[in-house]
Amino acid sequence: MAKYGLLIDYNYCTGCHSCEVACQQEHGYPEGKTGIKVAEFEYETFKGLAIDFLPYPTDLCDLCVSRQKNGERPACVKHCQSRCMEFGLLGELVTTMEKGHKMVIFAP
Amino acid sequence: MSDTKLFKTVTWSAGPGCHGGCGQKLYVRDGKVVKVEGDEDNPFNQGRSCPRVLAMTQYMYHPDRITQPLKRVGKRGEGKFEPISWDEAFDICEKKMKIIRGEYGAEAMIFAQGTGRDIGGPISFLTYSYGSPNWAQLGLSGQSCYTPRLGAMKAVMGDFTVTDCSQFLEKRYEDPAWQRPEVIMVWGQDPANGCPDAFMGHWVVDCMRMGTKIISVDPRQTWMTTRAEHHLQLRPGTDAALALGMLNVIINKDLYDADFVRNWTHGFAKLRERVQEYPLDKVAAITGVPAESIEAAATFYAKSKPAAVHWGVPVDMSPEGTSVAHAIICLWSVTGNIDVPGGNVIARPSHGVSSYPYSTEELVELYGEELVQKLTKKRIGADVYPMVKNFRGWAQPDMAIDQINSGKPYPIKGAWIQTANILGGQAARARLHYDALKKLDFVVVVDLFHNPTSMALADIFLPAATFAEKDSFRAWWAPLAVIKKRVQVGECKSDWEINFEMAKRFNPEGMQRWNSVEDLFNERLASSGMTFKEIQDKGGWVMPEEGPCKPYLRHERGQLRKDGSPGFQTESGKVELYCTTYESWGLDPLPHYVEPPQSPTATPELFAKYPLIMITGARSQLFFHSEHRGIPWLREKEPDPLVQVHPDTARKFNIYDGEWIHIKNDMGKVKRKVKITRKVHPENIQTLHGWWLPELKGPEPDLFGVWDYQINQLIPGPQCSTSGFGGGQYKTTLVTLEKIGNMGENNG
Ligand code: SF4
Ligand code: SF4
Repeated sequence: MAKYGLLIDYNYCTGCHSCEVACQQEHGYPEGKTGIKVAEFEYETFKGLAIDFLPYPTDLCDLCVSRQKNGERPACVKHCQSRCMEFGLLGELVTTMEKGHKMVIFAP
Repeated sequence: MSDTKLFKTVTWSAGPGCHGGCGQKLYVRDGKVVKVEGDEDNPFNQGRSCPRVLAMTQYMYHPDRITQPLKRVGKRGEGKFEPISWDEAFDICEKKMKIIRGEYGAEAMIFAQGTGRDIGGPISFLTYSYGSPNWAQLGLSGQSCYTPRLGAMKAVMGDFTVTDCSQFLEKRYEDPAWQRPEVIMVWGQDPANGCPDAFMGHWVVDCMRMGTKIISVDPRQTWMTTRAEHHLQLRPGTDAALALGMLNVIINKDLYDADFVRNWTHGFAKLRERVQEYPLDKVAAITGVPAESIEAAATFYAKSKPAAVHWGVPVDMSPEGTSVAHAIICLWSVTGNIDVPGGNVIARPSHGVSSYPYSTEELVELYGEELVQKLTKKRIGADVYPMVKNFRGWAQPDMAIDQINSGKPYPIKGAWIQTANILGGQAARARLHYDALKKLDFVVVVDLFHNPTSMALADIFLPAATFAEKDSFRAWWAPLAVIKKRVQVGECKSDWEINFEMAKRFNPEGMQRWNSVEDLFNERLASSGMTFKEIQDKGGWVMPEEGPCKPYLRHERGQLRKDGSPGFQTESGKVELYCTTYESWGLDPLPHYVEPPQSPTATPELFAKYPLIMITGARSQLFFHSEHRGIPWLREKEPDPLVQVHPDTARKFNIYDGEWIHIKNDMGKVKRKVKITRKVHPENIQTLHGWWLPELKGPEPDLFGVWDYQINQLIPGPQCSTSGFGGGQYKTTLVTLEKIGNMGENNG
């Protein structure tokens, strides 16, 4: 059972791609291989168009175990340009989520 | 990674390409950069990084990277090059360029830059050492990128301003002197993707998280416009009308800051009169934005304190770009938002250091009145356009290419092209640029990779260094920083080193002052009271100290004017809403609206044939202009040149999502893959510029597919504002969509 996870405050994800390349660089993955992928959603609402981005960790996400050992945050979290990702214990992330909206928690 | 060493430095820029100034940590093992991470201690990016800098290792050690000087051995464009030594390369350049100078005069060499890198410093240094007046962003119609806004700000307010996201304060958002903008009016930019002109777009997102509201002025829908309190979705190129309409509301409803207007502005009554010509019903008809929306947004902006305007390149690319900028400057001026915390804060390069001269004033400081005046006489466009003559040392690019083509009034015989993929990037009338530049006697390209421009034109290719491989310094707003060389790749040299060596050959006497590039840096850094090494020892960057380079309210404190009295650096000492400088240059001293040269109303016949307004030139996190198409981590995220088409438009043209089509007008046709999306208005399409495909063949006629994908082939010219700067039609050109006949042949 995963104890740690990633919280994404996806109201603020701008789709900048930093998390993806940070992950690929950290793990030395070639193109086509990545621990995280950003999806884009475009849909009509009662107020007009909505555009959202959502990064989701893939099967390759290891929550940056080797960085954790050095006391560093995961590469994606550290480089996220809008700082919309948080790494932590699932229980603690849930507390953050209770106060927010448009958030998800991933337990890769 | 125990044998890995960590070094801190600052970008600007080969690598990410841009004009941001992020602090980065380089992890170096066995003389190679193995990883790049954002520097948490640097106040600019605070540990964050863009995808382009995170892909640095793929960029630096790319198999296509040119790492030795090259000499052309086949016919021009044939793609046959041979490696040579630096000595030989420098000797050839010296010999050929001296022949041109001897036979035709120094003005016969044009020094062409794109944007990116710290290039303005080294290329203007070489241009002036050689003795040529012709330093230009060749291809960039109307010099329509920031220069028009800079020129307008200098003329109207005597200084430049930027949105205050606390970037001049070391503690950033924590500094008690800073205040969060209540509103940021984002005018023609998508900060999440925007060009980091010494401004990180995500600072706006930081402010949004803290509660800042957004007004978006944008013909498109973006992440940011969908989160804006007010989104004014205007017709491209009608920005001036919208700004004047907003001024009409603010002035007529008495929403302006009466104290600021009384104490610190000049010509308010005349501006009041002028805005009466822009009642909201008229403005709504021009812009396509409902009158109620304009009124609501203008009211919201004016009532929010503090409020800031963050603007982008569409301002420059509107017809009469310098007048559009003037109108927007009036918005932040009459609302009293100048140099207040959280407003439009006055931006001066930290410690008064200049490397990339932004105005004639700075040029004169660096090179002396006499030389600058002498060169201005011959600079292309200076006798025709007042702003070319009086603001900044650029030659006028549309006139320059026409002159290269015609040889009149004097011949241009050679080009030194550094950081500029003219043919694959910025060149409006790209074909004409190709034909004209082909005629030159001698062309040097200084770059990191081959591109369509180097392939088609270069006689000599000089390999430039990335930021990790060079010493340089960064002086653009804040902080003042030094860039420190950490590794060497092949034989690549920095732009400063290359140009310093060439300058010695062209101006040996003038160059006696400096033994090394570092000596030159130290002279340029003098106003900081520190040397290159001293700044390095302080950690590599220093924030502005108390004084004219640090906010706030410097006009009240007498810190802006040379004479030390309160006020602004203008003739009247005030912000000149009625601009006497424009007046003395023969320009309209008040802002006004001009319809784009091609538009549904200006050219109805053309519009009947080409019923879509094409927006090009948007920025991307993945690609800096025409760069990065060959970097695997970046390219895989946007592999194809896309055109955004609204679903209604797609239906009308009978095209489907993912279909390859041609965008077409009288200038030619260009291939794109259709992306059906509601992000564009049904009357517009949008597509990125800078597309060429490094995986295709380089030698002519292919040139990496540039003639299939270079969208700026469709941008007409010559075109520019009455001032000489602004007005390139990158956002307002009319086009149509055409199916590509045979489906078998059209998959890219
Ligand atoms: S936590 Fe690490 S492995 Fe997982 S997506 Fe982020 S960078 Fe990749
Ligand atoms: S880095 Fe952050 S803002 Fe950028 S795409 Fe990833 S999650 Fe979104």
